[in-house]
Amino acid sequence: MARITVTVNGADHTDEVEPRLLLAHYLRDKLRLTGTHIGCDTTNCGACTVLCDGLPVKSCTMFAVQADGREIITVEGLATGGQLQPIQQGFKEEHGLQCGFCTPGMMVAATALLERNPDPSEEEIRWALSGNVCRCTGYVNIVKAVRWAAQAMQEQAAPEEPATRQPATEQAATR
Amino acid sequence: MRDVGYLRVGDTAEALTAAARPGARLIAGGTELVNLLKERIEQPDLLVDISRLPLTDITVGPDGLHLGALARMSDVAAHPEVRSGYPAIAQALELSASPQLRNMATMGGNLMQRTRCPYFRADHDLPCNKRRPGSGCSAIDGDHRAAAIFGASESCVATHPSDLAVALVALDAQVRTTARTLPARDLHRLPGDQPHRDTVLDHGEMILGIDVPVSPPSAYLKVRERGSYEFALVSVAVAAETSGGVIRTARAALGGVAPKPWPLDVDLAGVPLRRDELRAAIAPAFAAARPLPGSEFKIELAQRAVVRALTKPIGLMGET
Ligand SMILES: Cc1cc2nc3c(=O)[nH]c(=O)nc-3n(C[C@H](O)[C@H](O)[C@H](O)COP(=O)(O)OP(=O)(O)OC[C@H]3O[C@@H](n4cnc5c(N)ncnc54)[C@H](O)[C@@H]3O)c2cc1C
Ligand code: SF4
Ligand code: FES
Ligand code: FES
Repeated sequence: MARITVTVNGADHTDEVEPRLLLAHYLRDKLRLTGTHIGCDTTNCGACTVLCDGLPVKSCTMFAVQADGREIITVEGLATGGQLQPIQQGFKEEHGLQCGFCTPGMMVAATALLERNPDPSEEEIRWALSGNVCRCTGYVNIVKAVRWAAQAMQEQAAPEEPATRQPATEQAATR
Repeated sequence: MRDVGYLRVGDTAEALTAAARPGARLIAGGTELVNLLKERIEQPDLLVDISRLPLTDITVGPDGLHLGALARMSDVAAHPEVRSGYPAIAQALELSASPQLRNMATMGGNLMQRTRCPYFRADHDLPCNKRRPGSGCSAIDGDHRAAAIFGASESCVATHPSDLAVALVALDAQVRTTARTLPARDLHRLPGDQPHRDTVLDHGEMILGIDVPVSPPSAYLKVRERGSYEFALVSVAVAAETSGGVIRTARAALGGVAPKPWPLDVDLAGVPLRRDELRAAIAPAFAAARPLPGSEFKIELAQRAVVRALTKPIGLMGET
């Protein structure tokens, strides 16, 4: 067993884990954060995407011990204070989901994109989401959902602080 | 997945001692090793986590480019001076895997990844000499569309999947390990009758970094079944100096065609950058090709890819 301390959605968790425990299983089974989905055994689908120190990674292809000392954000960490984030709202408004299985991974990957690039083109969106597979939508509405979020975030940011790019999570907190 | 021990090391000396133990395996980003463990392709007793060692440097100087073994694929691909001075490397990395994987995966781990041959990766027991020495090769009489056309043996026809490795060979890079410095082109080995050994590295030997000499303009072209997130059917890295539409010096290496990056050993100096002349100049290198029926198409595809990589504006490669 190994002792790890991981910050998940802002809260520290210290646990004894088996080295072979995957981060996805740690999040789902130990912390009961079941929004992170597992859609394949082969590191292909991206349903398990979480942010590790701000960058999207596949939690199914990472041991929990590798996350020791890191900051993890899961889909549950996107909304703050019961308020949906623009990316979540975008998926709702533009029908970016059907069965919803891929959606947590899509939203997490898109969140990282929008933090880096608040005004992505369709091509940039498709490139950033190329590690996330959707079996239902055909991707068109997913791209629209991300564009919707980008616009919403820019409109929100515009009145107060035109030039600053804040991470989406902070933006919500200060709004 | 079998139970396994875990040790995170604080310095290279500690890593070496731990990695020398029988049954120990280094883990860097884990994006390959986790899968090898899941599939029980490898069943180590101890994971030696090197990911926190200070080997993440990306430095560009007058003597070339230096990459630490733990530099991440995404960081190297995004580095402005790598993009401008060593575009073949940036492109090879950017066209590899997916954003999530590139954010975890490292230089050393990328070079040490194993073949994607479907029989090697299968989740049930199929004959595969690379995975279970002596069991036979399912690919030779089975699905071998991805098979090698150069350097294969009767015991294994698998190709090496690293895009980075192909770029490094074209750019004449060196790989520094805890035991030696060797040309990137000598890192991977041909299967012969020991296909279970992919590289020349010894057990416990660790890659420390990669050194790339100052490079002429370079480019990486990857041909695959879809536009992103797929391994190469065939790829080519070129580094060439040209003037007045004629090649002065050129070095090229092919991916997806051999158990290792395959240097294109033809002298292209003086060859005009025109399709027919280029085709004639590179043709001799393909005389040695020994495809299987299903992989024969790679001979034509690879030659077209070389011509295209050399005739499209160098440095603007990547969009296939
Ligand atoms: C779905 C998918 C698609 C992919 N597509 C591509 C692609 O198109 N092109 C491509 O090139 N790659 C591709 N990859 C492979 C990916 O690039 C590798 O998984 C990654 O580069 C491995 O790096 P890592 O740091 O995660 O290695 P790890 O998983 O940590 O290690 C891999 C191996 O290298 C050894 N190792 C690690 N570091 C060192 C070191 N410093 N010295 C010696 N040995 C070491 C480990 O012991 C292990 O055996 C893909 C992978 C997946 C899962
Ligand atoms: S080609 Fe090599 S890796 Fe593939 S089945 Fe044959 S022996 Fe195994
Ligand atoms: S669950 Fe499919 S990539 Fe992680
Ligand atoms: S909505 Fe069903 S997989 Fe994407």
